[in-house]
Amino acid sequence: MKISFPHMGISYIAFKHLLEELGYEVIVPPNPTKRTLTYGVKYAPEFACMPFKILLGNYIEVLEKGAEILITSGGVGPCRAGLYGVVHEKILKDIGYEFSMIVLEPPLENFRDFSKRVLVLKQKGIRWTSFLHEVKNAWMKLKLLDKVEQTVNKVRARELNKGQTTKVFNEVLKMIDEARSREEIFKVQKEAIDLLNSVPQDFSREPLKVGIIGEIYVVLEPHVNFDIERFLGERDVYVDRSIYITDYVRFAVWDKKGEDHIKKAAQPYLKQMIGGHGIQSVGETVLYALNGYDGVIQLAPFTCIPEIVSKSILAKVSRDLDIPVLTINIDEQTGEAGVQTRLEAFIDLIKQKKYAKEHAKEKEKGRLYESVYGY
Amino acid sequence: MPPKIGFPMTLTYFTQFPLWKTFFTELGFEFVTSQPTNKLILNNGIKETVTDACIPIKLFHGHVIALKNKVDYIFIPRMVNIDKEKHITFCPKFLGLPDMIRASISNLPPILEVSLDKKNQGKLFLYKACRLLGRQLGKPYNKVFQAYLKAVRFQKKFEDFLVSKKITPVEAIDYFFRNKGNGIKKVINRGNSLKNDENDLNIAVVGYPYQIYDSYVSADIINFLRKRNVRVWTLEMIPSSLLKRYARRLPKKLFWHFSNKVVWASYHFIEQPFIDGIIHVSAFGCGPDAMVGKLVELECKERKFPFLNITIDEHTGEAGIVTRIEAFIDMLRYRRTA
Repeated sequence: MKISFPHMGISYIAFKHLLEELGYEVIVPPNPTKRTLTYGVKYAPEFACMPFKILLGNYIEVLEKGAEILITSGGVGPCRAGLYGVVHEKILKDIGYEFSMIVLEPPLENFRDFSKRVLVLKQKGIRWTSFLHEVKNAWMKLKLLDKVEQTVNKVRARELNKGQTTKVFNEVLKMIDEARSREEIFKVQKEAIDLLNSVPQDFSREPLKVGIIGEIYVVLEPHVNFDIERFLGERDVYVDRSIYITDYVRFAVWDKKGEDHIKKAAQPYLKQMIGGHGIQSVGETVLYALNGYDGVIQLAPFTCIPEIVSKSILAKVSRDLDIPVLTINIDEQTGEAGVQTRLEAFIDLIKQKKYAKEHAKEKEKGRLYESVYGY
Repeated sequence: MPPKIGFPMTLTYFTQFPLWKTFFTELGFEFVTSQPTNKLILNNGIKETVTDACIPIKLFHGHVIALKNKVDYIFIPRMVNIDKEKHITFCPKFLGLPDMIRASISNLPPILEVSLDKKNQGKLFLYKACRLLGRQLGKPYNKVFQAYLKAVRFQKKFEDFLVSKKITPVEAIDYFFRNKGNGIKKVINRGNSLKNDENDLNIAVVGYPYQIYDSYVSADIINFLRKRNVRVWTLEMIPSSLLKRYARRLPKKLFWHFSNKVVWASYHFIEQPFIDGIIHVSAFGCGPDAMVGKLVELECKERKFPFLNITIDEHTGEAGIVTRIEAFIDMLRYRRTA
């Protein structure tokens, strides 16, 4: 059976691992390109958000390659993402493709339904123990991938030779992809982080600190957000991404209280869960401001409802806490050069701001000095 | 003079006005609404909102600005969950509405904000909300309770009235609260005599109440159709028990209260032999409507049922809408004779 799933950042490595070990022939979804988007835009409703269109385009690409089963995630709203599975299936069947779609809903909502769907995935001849073993392996890989990305962001802001971190990063990804057994994964875990840390860095440099918030898909998928982390990193900016896929799964499935500190931070501005990453965006911005970050960049697909709400509230947060916020809306019309110009201008702005702040501090110090010593 | 409570004349106005009007009037307040939408309200709203917000949200900001200096309180209910199912909620913009208003408009009078949240507050959520409002306004419990009972009863009467007389909420509100007299009686009589009737077409207009009944943004689509001998059907005219039967048609219920109603109503209308076509009115950039529109469109396509989608935004010209609707009506008439 040929099987496929949505492409989201580098998480495909873990999903590919899991499904291959379960005995499927996996068609890895291609990186989203202009072509993917063109397919998506052609069949998707006009005001569907960007992730919907990319996913639809991706599905068409893998169906053309002969995929028979598509796996995707569900949700409980009020963000539209929870309905993607239903609507995608209807649209693709209307075009004339034949396939079956497995939508995995959060297990705590309806465990019977979830287990039924997961059972479909377990083919005959695979033991329960090895099934669970492989699920755990995939989870470890996901966690490793997140850790690698965090390390990359840290290293890239201080690298001496521009572009070297990215090169090592790609090597590391290949290594992780090739690790199959538990022992190999353990081994690669250590090696990957060491390899990244061995990139020559300039530790005297104090990079600007920028937090990235927004809708999960556009934040996680570098092919959609014009590889914003790399772009900023190579301009000596330390990027902290607020969302990682393992955190997302953890908070959505079993650790419901894990995000409480973020929601608490958002309280003065937004009191209600509004779905998607709406409340998280507001809360994270407050936390970034309190932790001394120099700026925040919000990434949102055009017409993303929760992000529109948080965008209108973020203006007030930005005023109150004195933290610059740049919102970038991404849709099929967005051009790379436009985004990069805005990012460069934003970096200049926060650099000036930081300088002015430090200068004021120095001045203050000097004045104190003067008042004590009289010269 | 009793304190004034202002209620923006959009969003939940079309479904809940009788409830809140009765409740606050019983408590001894003057309950006023803003004017029906006009150019000024729309322009003010556009100024205060982020560009990618949808037109109903822009209008809501405009209505709040229109009320700002005229009232002592502005009442903004936060609609969270009023259905049986706990996952059916409202569009995120409804959920964050009071916070959005506070963040974007300055110098506001105090906002009366209350959550209608059945999921967390249980079956008596409406009473709890009313009690909270009474406490905020410093009214005794027994009085609040009486007002609550009266308001709920009246709301029920209002909803039944819509179903039995087959009229729109705007007409019903005019009938109950604004004493518009004869004009309304005529409309109601027309609703009563379904059989001998000069209208030859039956068109269902589906969409969110705050879009299709707001005559300014929707180019007064309902009256426009009526003038051309079309009987207009909207989802408020279907008994809710009948509507709920269509809930199982989809493998998964939509997450939004109004969207669910629109989809169910569309499925209902498609099945009725006397309905000739469906017009779906949606707002530019409306998130839920992207899903709703596609689902209804695919269903109509499968059953070969006439379907027209109209998208409105702040730049929509009336002439454009009118031309499209006229073409649609002509097509339906032609289809019947052919």
